[in-house]
Amino acid sequence: MAQSWLCVGHLLYSLPPSLKWMTIRMAEYSAFSLLKNALTGNKDWRPAWRKPDPKASYDVIVIGGGGHGLSTAYYLAKEHGITNVAVLEKGWLGSGNVGRNTTAVRSNYLLPANTRFYEHSMKLWENLAHDLNYNVMFSQRGCLNLAHTPAQLDDYARRGNAMRHLGVDAELMTTAEIARLMPALDVSATARFPIVGGLMQRRAGTARHDAVAWGYARGADRRGVDIIENCEVTGFLRDGDRITGVTTTRGEIRAKKVAVAVAGSTGQVMRLAGIETMPIESHVLQAFVTESLKPFIDTVLTFGMGHFYMSQSDKGGLVYGGDLDGYNSYAQRGSLPIVDEVMSEMLALFPGLARVRMLRSWGGVCDMSMDGSPIITTGPLPGMYLNCGWCYGGFKATPASGWCFAWTIAKDEPHDLNAAFTLDRFYRGLVIDDKGQGATPRLH
Amino acid sequence: MLITCPYCGPRDVIEFTYQGDGNRQRPQPASQNLDAWNAYVYDRLNPAGDHNEIWQHSGGCRAHLRVVRNTLTHEISSTAFARGDHNSVARHRAEDKP
Repeated sequence: MAQSWLCVGHLLYSLPPSLKWMTIRMAEYSAFSLLKNALTGNKDWRPAWRKPDPKASYDVIVIGGGGHGLSTAYYLAKEHGITNVAVLEKGWLGSGNVGRNTTAVRSNYLLPANTRFYEHSMKLWENLAHDLNYNVMFSQRGCLNLAHTPAQLDDYARRGNAMRHLGVDAELMTTAEIARLMPALDVSATARFPIVGGLMQRRAGTARHDAVAWGYARGADRRGVDIIENCEVTGFLRDGDRITGVTTTRGEIRAKKVAVAVAGSTGQVMRLAGIETMPIESHVLQAFVTESLKPFIDTVLTFGMGHFYMSQSDKGGLVYGGDLDGYNSYAQRGSLPIVDEVMSEMLALFPGLARVRMLRSWGGVCDMSMDGSPIITTGPLPGMYLNCGWCYGGFKATPASGWCFAWTIAKDEPHDLNAAFTLDRFYRGLVIDDKGQGATPRLH
Repeated sequence: MLITCPYCGPRDVIEFTYQGDGNRQRPQPASQNLDAWNAYVYDRLNPAGDHNEIWQHSGGCRAHLRVVRNTLTHEISSTAFARGDHNSVARHRAEDKP
C-alpha cells in the first residue's frame, strides 16, 4: 500500500506541469471522474450549465449566446474577474452560426491586422481543450488552398510570405506533393482547372463546433455567469444617450455595460437602439454534408477557381460549402442554384465523388461587413459594445473574438489586436479589405 | 426563386444578377458631402422583411429591375423597371447639390 502511494506521488512528480495542475485541481471531466461516475450509475454529473432566471441587474449583459457571446462571457470572468454577467440568447444555446459552420480554423490572412488577430485565435485554439477542460476536438490537420494558375500561385506565395513575416506558418506545395497528400484529387493536366500548386498552413484544421459552444458555456457558468436561453431582447433601456439595460421577453434587465454579439441579427438589434443603418448586410450561406466515407481527405481543402472548401468529419462525412446565395437574406435556408454550383465545383476536383450522396444541407445568416473584416469596438452608444461583421469566417475567430471583446468591455478601450476593427474605419478610409473586393459585402 | 421580369415574364433567379440595396441614393457626382458619400457607399438598412433592391436580368433582356423582396421568406411582392428612376435627377439627394 505504502509503495503504491509512493508510486502515485512519483507519477505526479514526473508529470509535465500542465497535467499536474489538472490532476491536483481534480478537473470536472477527467479519466478519474469518468470512471467514478461509470461505477456509481452516472448520477452525479452536474448539468453543463444552469438554467437561471434573469436577475434584475448585472455588471455586463452579453446579447447573443453563440460562440462569440459565450467566449466573451468566459474571458470576462476568467481574464478580468467580471463574473456578474448574463448571456441572453433568444433561442437555445448554440442554435445559430456556431452550430451551422463548416468548422474550419485557420490564420492564413494577408493583411497584418487580420493575420495578428487570427493568429492569436489560433494560439488560443491550440490550448482551448485544456483551458476549458472540455474536448473541443481541435485537429490541426492543415488547410490547403489550391492554385490553378501561375499568377494565383504567385499571389499565394505573397500571402504565405506575409504570414511567415508575422510568425505564422505557411508553405508552398508543388503539384506532386499535393498528389501524394491527396490521392483522390484530380491533379492531371486535363482536369477542368489543372492544379499548379498550393499554399498550406499545417497548423490550421477543424474543431467540433458544438463542443466549442458547450465548453465555453460550461466554463462561463462555473465562474458565475448566468446563461439565459429563450430570452429575446426586445428593446434597450436608456438614460439619455446611455444604454442602461435591455427589455426582454423575460422582463427588464439592467446593466452597467451591454455588449452586442448577434452576428446576422446585428442590424435588427441595433435598430432597437435607434441605429437605422450599419455597414453590414445579412446574407445566407449554405453548408452540406455527405454520407460517411472511409478516411478520404485529411486536411481542409479550398478550390481556387471558384468558392469551394471541404474537410472530412471524424464521423466520415464530407463537410463542404461554397459561395453565399448572393442576395440579402435572413432565412436560415438556401436556394438550389448554389447547391448546383457547389456540387459542380466539388466534382471538378474529385470526379470520383459523383455518386456519393449528400445527406443534409442547411443555411446560416452571415453578417457581411463592407470590407470583409470584423468590428470589435466600444460604442457606438455610451454603455454599449459591439462585436459583428464576421462574414463567413466567424467560427475560427471564436476564441480571439471573445478574448478581445472581453478586454474591450472590461477596460473600455480596445486591445492592440482589435484596435483596427473599429466601426468608423469605413468613414475614415481605413478599411481592412483582405480580398480587395470593395464595399460589396456579397463578394467578400 | 422566380423573378417576374416585366418584359420577359417569370424566370429563374439564375438569369438575374443581384445589384444590391435599392434604397441607397448616390450624391451628385461633384458633391463634397462626405456624410452623404459615406452613407451611399457603406451604410445599409439591411431589413428583416421587405427589401427594396435592384436586380439586372443579365441572362435575358438585360433590363435593370426594382424588386421588393422579403428577406425572411424570399417572397417577391413587386417588380418594375428601374429605368424610371435610374440616372434621373430624382435619384440624387436634393440636399446634395454641389
